[in-house]
Amino acid sequence: MSDVLIYAEVGRDDGGLFLKKATAEIATAARTVADATGGRVVALVPADVEQAAEKLGRYGVDAVHAVSADGFMPYQLEAHALAVTQLAGEISPALVLFAATVVGKELGAYVSGRLGAPIAADVVSLEWADGAVRVSKPMYAGKAFATVRLGERPVVSLRPNALAPVESPRDAVLEPLAVTAPAARVRLRERQAAAEKTIELTEADTIVSGGRGLGDPEKWDIVLDLAHALGAAHGASRAVVDAGWRPHSEQVGQTGKTVSPKLYVACGISGAIQHLAGMSSSKVIVAINKDPEAPIFKVADYGIVGDVHEVLPMLTEATKAFLA
Amino acid sequence: MEIIVLIKRVVATDTRVKIGADGTSIDTAGVQYIMAPYDEIAVEKAIQLKTEAGEGKVTVLTVGPNEATKELRTALAMGADEAVHLTVDGTLDAAATAGAIHAGLEGRSFDLILCGKQATDVDDAAVGPRLAALLDLPSVAFASALTIEDGKAVVSRENEGVTEVYEVDLPAVLTAQKGLAEPRYPSLKGIMKAKKKPLATDAATAPENGSTVEALNLPPARADVVTIEPTPEGMQQLLAALRNDKKVL
Ligand SMILES: Cc1cc2nc3c(=O)[nH]c(=O)nc-3n(C[C@H](O)[C@H](O)[C@H](O)COP(=O)(O)OP(=O)(O)OC[C@H]3O[C@@H](n4cnc5c(N)ncnc54)[C@H](O)[C@@H]3O)c2cc1C
Ligand SMILES: Nc1ncnc2c1ncn2[C@@H]1O[C@H](COP(=O)(O)O)[C@@H](O)[C@H]1O
Repeated sequence: MSDVLIYAEVGRDDGGLFLKKATAEIATAARTVADATGGRVVALVPADVEQAAEKLGRYGVDAVHAVSADGFMPYQLEAHALAVTQLAGEISPALVLFAATVVGKELGAYVSGRLGAPIAADVVSLEWADGAVRVSKPMYAGKAFATVRLGERPVVSLRPNALAPVESPRDAVLEPLAVTAPAARVRLRERQAAAEKTIELTEADTIVSGGRGLGDPEKWDIVLDLAHALGAAHGASRAVVDAGWRPHSEQVGQTGKTVSPKLYVACGISGAIQHLAGMSSSKVIVAINKDPEAPIFKVADYGIVGDVHEVLPMLTEATKAFLA
Repeated sequence: MEIIVLIKRVVATDTRVKIGADGTSIDTAGVQYIMAPYDEIAVEKAIQLKTEAGEGKVTVLTVGPNEATKELRTALAMGADEAVHLTVDGTLDAAATAGAIHAGLEGRSFDLILCGKQATDVDDAAVGPRLAALLDLPSVAFASALTIEDGKAVVSRENEGVTEVYEVDLPAVLTAQKGLAEPRYPSLKGIMKAKKKPLATDAATAPENGSTVEALNLPPARADVVTIEPTPEGMQQLLAALRNDKKVL
């Protein structure tokens, strides 16, 4: 009869506050566990988000505790940790679940310390088995997967996109959570939005990445053109990040971002082991490389042996026509 | 500035992972070890901050096997002043590691703890923020820029396409993302000096938390590659396959 507690991460854009996409995914995972423990799914929403109960109820959440006190928005690590631990103290959940985003990883780990709970971060699946939470967790950037049986009442963060949300509608009760924010020891000074609106790599369904095979930074447009045509996020190999062609935030790989989109298109990327580590769990991989022996073809589902400067514009045109 | 940097000995990033005979860990035969890449960035940043402040001390700390002395010496050769080695047999998870570090820090004073954003073996990104909670300190993970202004840390981090700039009270725990610093290579002089720098060794005390690794597996093998001709017809064929066979478009 143990409940599952989820932290519903809140974002802000021009339209106001909203629940992050990964919230539906963790609600779905939490529902499965709660069905097995016979408990409820309880969500903590750290702000007054419109229709939070309706939106979360659709994915199987039974109760929503929303915080409306001052000092919680924008995101505050210690305030949010206090809200989660306070609610956890009231309901003694069998599991506290976060999405493995920047905020979810940081906050999840912090909360685990406050609760003295076991932690598993960035897992790709979880289940309730023999009275414990068991997770599958990528290691070595996805070169291996560990099955871990966690100690009692763990904190877990679930990788975005690892699991498809499933609807399980119910009328979620909305209750305010009375909590007072501690004095902020971390204060947000400013937020600088990127010049162009980009899709976050770790949450993208489709990614187009470029490597040194593009030849020089002036040629990068052909990567962006294909990304735009596909509605994709764009990434890069470390070689081009190190060369200063692209920002660090776009690096895919063992020392960059680990991504698992539905479709990954690698353009002029050799497929070094560190790059493969970050993207080989993509559902479908398309590789374009002029060298038929390039290691990227070992993980690719579809391979095009050719010059990126010819193939990419061709693929972009065909994509526009195909998706029109 | 008194800075403590947490470093971890991990397998080299070009390691081809094979599963060991126990079925729960990797086969370490012939494997090379390095300081985790983000930890190198943290060490570099700490040395730079100390240099800018004109005074202070950089202490590197690891929880690891006896062999991890090598990575500590590397950090000393880069320019850290002192090292602390909390020895442990086998591996610890993030909860146990943070607990061992917390215990090992008892009685030490510092203005800042820097660690890597994640160790490139377990990829948890958890030790830093968890340790911050144990020490009851403020924390920002994934720092890609850091300066000290009027006794406070000013930290930038990327969060889903937005750069957030935070002002953080010290002492604090920060974790290093790419961009924070470019790690230097130790100089020959640095390597010679490192041999004489203090390195304290003590047995780690790690709390139990009841988690057990039941199995370690390689990812499922991928199917053979289908070759597509670099022609307009080939592109149409590819797009059709992505939509109809793979259902990803
Ligand atoms: C500690 C460490 C961590 C690392 N972490 C990462 C990481 O996180 N991510 C990462 O990506 N790398 C990482 N690397 C680097 C990695 O080892 C490779 O050096 C890097 O991935 C190579 O990038 P690349 O494929 O773009 O370049 P290259 O290896 O130079 O490959 C370029 C490819 O483009 C092809 N090509 C050339 N011209 C054309 C053309 N006109 N048309 C089509 N194809 C063409 C070539 O055949 C070649 O295969 C790491 C390395 C180390 C040591
Ligand atoms: N055994 C360890 N000893 C010292 N520091 C560690 C250890 N494990 C992890 N860390 C630090 O915590 C960071 C994050 O590690 P992790 O949470 O394991 O991904 C690493 O980059 C190190 O700075």
